[in-house]
Amino acid sequence: MVNYHAHRLDGIFAALGDPTRRAILARLKRKDSLSVSALAEPFAITLPAVMKHLDVLARAGLIRRSKHGRTVTVEIATDSLKTAMDWLQRYERFWSSSLDRLAKYAESKEAEARRKGH
Amino acid sequence: MSNVTIVRCIAARPAIVFEALATPEGLMSWWGPDDLPVVAATADLRVRGRFQVRFRTADGLEHECAGQFLEIVRPERIVMSWQWISGGEPREREAVSRLELHLRAIETGTELTLVHAALHDEASARNHEWGWNGALDKLLRNFDETRTA
Repeated sequence: MVNYHAHRLDGIFAALGDPTRRAILARLKRKDSLSVSALAEPFAITLPAVMKHLDVLARAGLIRRSKHGRTVTVEIATDSLKTAMDWLQRYERFWSSSLDRLAKYAESKEAEARRKGH
Repeated sequence: MSNVTIVRCIAARPAIVFEALATPEGLMSWWGPDDLPVVAATADLRVRGRFQVRFRTADGLEHECAGQFLEIVRPERIVMSWQWISGGEPREREAVSRLELHLRAIETGTELTLVHAALHDEASARNHEWGWNGALDKLLRNFDETRTA
């Protein structure tokens, strides 16, 4: 289970690494929930291809599918996106703060080198 | 594939920034999330050479990360793998990240670009296009705005 979080992140980022899947998410975000056929409509790919993308998104926890009669409805699941965003924000803070100190250190080294006439 | 990308302009020449990035003395001066000291740093600056950094955070805890230099082009580029050995993010303990540091000489010194990629699987990292993170960031920001609105 130690690995669960890391694997989950991999799944999310891998799922988001495809432009069609991002477009699907963007479309779902605008529409809240859609049937699979309505969702597939604007895409120039076959319905089975769309279904495959939906499988990847569902495995990554980025969407939820529910069946109403013969219609499968798809909606976005924001938890996984939040996991991905938390990762990005956490490390952005980490590196941003590190680089502040790196800059200070390198700049003092530069001043030192100049004083020595290099 | 997603990553954190940060660009910084530093008033020091690339050779000096490069030394600061990858020598033990340099690493001691900067690695870590706050102003608390780095406790120990080692760096064997050659391809497949290892580095290790232990630092303390404001909560009194010590954290250790370690990795390997994957690419060294003096004074332009360093690529390294790294992961948490202790402390840090326990949930990510077994995940190996990839850190790229690109240096470019500019009139005022060096433009440094840091790219930290989340994926630890080398094969899937290669299979995915780099650099679409701007789109992801935008997407995620939209969600954030939606949630907080």
